[in-house]
Amino acid sequence: MSISNETIKASLVEKFGEQLTDWQEPYGMLTFTAPKDMNLKVLQFLFDDEILRFTFLTDLQAVHYPNNTGAELAVVYHLHNLQDNIRIRLKVFTDIQQPDVFSATALYQSANFMERETYDFYGVNFTGHPNLIRILNVDEMDYFPMRKEFPLEDQTRVDKDDEMFGR
Amino acid sequence: MSRPVQYNTTVKFEGIPEGYMGEGFMASNMEKIVGLARKNSIWPLPFATSCCGIEFMATAASHYDLARFGAERMSFSPRQCDVLLVMGTISKKMGPVLRQVYLQMAEPRWVIAVGACASSGGIFDTYSVLQGIDQVIPVDVYVPGCPPRPEAMLDGFMKVQELVHNESLRRRHSDQYRDLLAEYGIE
Repeated sequence: MSISNETIKASLVEKFGEQLTDWQEPYGMLTFTAPKDMNLKVLQFLFDDEILRFTFLTDLQAVHYPNNTGAELAVVYHLHNLQDNIRIRLKVFTDIQQPDVFSATALYQSANFMERETYDFYGVNFTGHPNLIRILNVDEMDYFPMRKEFPLEDQTRVDKDDEMFGR
Repeated sequence: MSRPVQYNTTVKFEGIPEGYMGEGFMASNMEKIVGLARKNSIWPLPFATSCCGIEFMATAASHYDLARFGAERMSFSPRQCDVLLVMGTISKKMGPVLRQVYLQMAEPRWVIAVGACASSGGIFDTYSVLQGIDQVIPVDVYVPGCPPRPEAMLDGFMKVQELVHNESLRRRHSDQYRDLLAEYGIE
């Protein structure tokens, strides 16, 4: 017996009320936004609830919106209910000046590497993470390459000039 | 009745080096003899990270047959190898690994950068990709192509054979060579 998006939304609204905002269903996937300091509470509720049972964190990543002043970084959680085969998406937004988000590692083991990756590329500081160091990029890297202010191209090259390569 | 032989009519033999020859002996230049021996028994170390590696498999297989050039035995131990074939994109994180593999090879050693990525970073003009392996190790021959055809790889290998053949026995002890390695921070 599958649960519907309406059921999920109803029980979340019942528990958290107005604090969850921006409800959407792109391609049928329930998506909503939580305040950044509530992310663990919401995840814990989704995990523990006897009907919702979102026990699997499929994916976790960040998005950088440079024009969204005060909430430039979005951290996105993709959750999966394995029994009913239903997925939802939870977003939290954070200020890029102070990108502290509570780590979900205590709840989901799979968050460990994914939070390291998110830190690696976006500089989201997951407080409570056991080992928040770079995972994919070289250790010497001194910036967060997926933030929009950094160009994609390798900056060590001198032979690819503006005329030929549009730099 | 046996069929007439139509194959292998154009077999080329390795030229005999210049020297003084008599019955049962030959006096020649040591360098040339060593070069001759070396160039026909180069053991390759394939360092294949992507599609160029697939082309290399074709090169090494029976149709193109890299073994014809004395490279019969791929060795996967750097200590036993003479030529390092770097085939594929090398990310910056892979750079130190590649360098260590190079350092583990015994002199004399040669390096072929196969394909656009190994030679220059190729299409991956990205913060995470090494823009050509010559940033971390010295390269002898570059094979262009994305990926290069097996013929191109064979051509590159023959270029290395030429280098091996004509290399002075003192080159690896020269100041010039030491300076070259010093540029890469290799003692």
